[in-house]
Amino acid sequence: MDLREPRSWRRAKNRVVTALMVLSFVLVIIPLGLVLFTVIAKGASVISWPFLTSQIPPSVLPANAGGIGPAILGTIEITALAAVLAVPLGIMGAVYLSEYGGTGPLARLVGFMADVMTGVPSIVMGLFIFSIWVLHFGFSGLAGAFALGCLMLPVVIRSTAEMLKLVPSSLREASYALGATKARVTVTVVLPAALGGIVSGVLLAIARAAGETAPLLFTILTVTAANPDVFSGANTSLPSQIFVNASSPYVGAQARGWGAALTLIAIAFILMIAARFTTARFARYAL
Amino acid sequence: MTSVGREHQAGPASTLTARRPLGDRSFQVLALAAGLAVLVILLLIAVSTTQQASSWFSAEGTNVLSSNWNPSANQFGALAFIYGTAITAVIALVLAVPVSLGVALLLTQVVPYRWARPVVYVIDLLAVVPSVVWGLWGILVFAPWIQNIYGSVGSGVQGLPVLGSLFGPPTSGASFFTAGIILAFMITPIVTSLSREVIATVPSIDREGAYALGATRLEMIRGVVLPHSQGGVVGAVLLGLGRAIGETIAAALVIGSSATITSHLLAPGYNMPAVIANEFGEATGVFRSALMGLGVLLFLFTIIVNVLARTVVARTARRGRGTLWHRSPPSGRRWTCASPARGGAPRTAL
Repeated sequence: MDLREPRSWRRAKNRVVTALMVLSFVLVIIPLGLVLFTVIAKGASVISWPFLTSQIPPSVLPANAGGIGPAILGTIEITALAAVLAVPLGIMGAVYLSEYGGTGPLARLVGFMADVMTGVPSIVMGLFIFSIWVLHFGFSGLAGAFALGCLMLPVVIRSTAEMLKLVPSSLREASYALGATKARVTVTVVLPAALGGIVSGVLLAIARAAGETAPLLFTILTVTAANPDVFSGANTSLPSQIFVNASSPYVGAQARGWGAALTLIAIAFILMIAARFTTARFARYAL
Repeated sequence: MTSVGREHQAGPASTLTARRPLGDRSFQVLALAAGLAVLVILLLIAVSTTQQASSWFSAEGTNVLSSNWNPSANQFGALAFIYGTAITAVIALVLAVPVSLGVALLLTQVVPYRWARPVVYVIDLLAVVPSVVWGLWGILVFAPWIQNIYGSVGSGVQGLPVLGSLFGPPTSGASFFTAGIILAFMITPIVTSLSREVIATVPSIDREGAYALGATRLEMIRGVVLPHSQGGVVGAVLLGLGRAIGETIAAALVIGSSATITSHLLAPGYNMPAVIANEFGEATGVFRSALMGLGVLLFLFTIIVNVLARTVVARTARRGRGTLWHRSPPSGRRWTCASPARGGAPRTAL
């Protein structure tokens, strides 16, 4: 006996909506697929060891001349310095939110403002560092690192605070019972327990920062020469180099842009996969 | 843990330590200082950029909001850029929100969990594709391709009453609409993942109840899922709007760089972040100050949108109906807004 309900308008509508959901998924996947495909197809033909290491040539030269060495050096220097500045500050801020502030008004304000700060446009961070630093001390990798650090700070605070709040209070209470001070409990018990989640959040923040262009435009002043001194003098980075090449009319420069884009995406994906790996590897209390 | 800490500090009967050791106190001060750094930085952003922009405000006065933008004639009215920002953000939201909601519903209500996980990874990948790579692809691949489509659409609707003025010629590959599409690609991951998290908090007992009454999936979604997650979804959309307003580099490359106010969406335009990115390097004097002022306005707009978004989210979280910070930690602490907690406050179980 067939117990199924007869075909009806309600069921038809249901099927149409389900089909629309699948369609929307396809609409999301297509651009991602296209972008990745184009970047890999156009970038892979340019990338070679000499391309990754040699100097940035003038835009007019063909694709096989020169490379993006200085830009990779700059991105690594500036992002690493930004992480050195922002990560300890962010973790301490999270310690305040989760361990000291509790649900007091100040802690709630700081948490709320950290959320709001994640929404500040990256170009505004660039303008901010330009007006308080570059105008007085000139362009440098350090200024770029300040701008990237300002972008990373709220992300690190938020993800770390989430992870600290997942640490069971029984761990803290056990340490207090042994007579440990709060600082000692935080440093030797709470932070290590949440380490996997914290590292993963930090890696994601770094991956995002490494791809940012806007905050670097007016802080490092995109040059073509390599500048190993991150603390003084104009510098360059992968994203700013891609930006310059994207608006260039020369085919060779555009090809180098694709190569740089593939390098940048590879760096971001490696960091993201590393983040997943650390979460899985160290996940004891974190999710 | 806070209470335990306090008791530990206070312990009046303790003969071991009358006061907390110096290291312990200075650690607390350090943590507090790091927390306050957020407030200090936000304040510094507001003060320093406004200061740099002051000569624009004093030179132009109320003309700040005029539509005359002509740096060579020292006219710096910002209206065209504000208009462009609004138009591109609206296009991005109109395109991204239905699609994001569709994917979020698909992942939570239709597809089984073990299939949904890899899809979530893929959408997270979309989020780490840097803005400048979207811009590079947008200007070198997407804009030239869509230019032909714009051309035929433009000649098709020419002369029609409303469509003609929206999509009619002049058309260009780099335009408001192209920027809106690229922004839509860029904000889809965040809107999807936030609304997915909210929708996942809908108690399964409510959903099963609706199914038990004979509802189809669509009826269940309209009757149970959407009312429950309304607030959180609104918050997610507002956060997406904040991103769309402030997103710079991709828009700077594909928007066409023309400070015009026109109803033609397929024509080149400009928005606030794009003009700052493209012009600031060469600007001096009042010009630079005007671009700084656009940055101040941008900061103001995004702060308002974000405060609004977070407030909406926090209010719905307090009502216990779908919160963005829902987690189900193994220890069962933190927000407890799953299942029967409806109407009850999510407790921070500390």
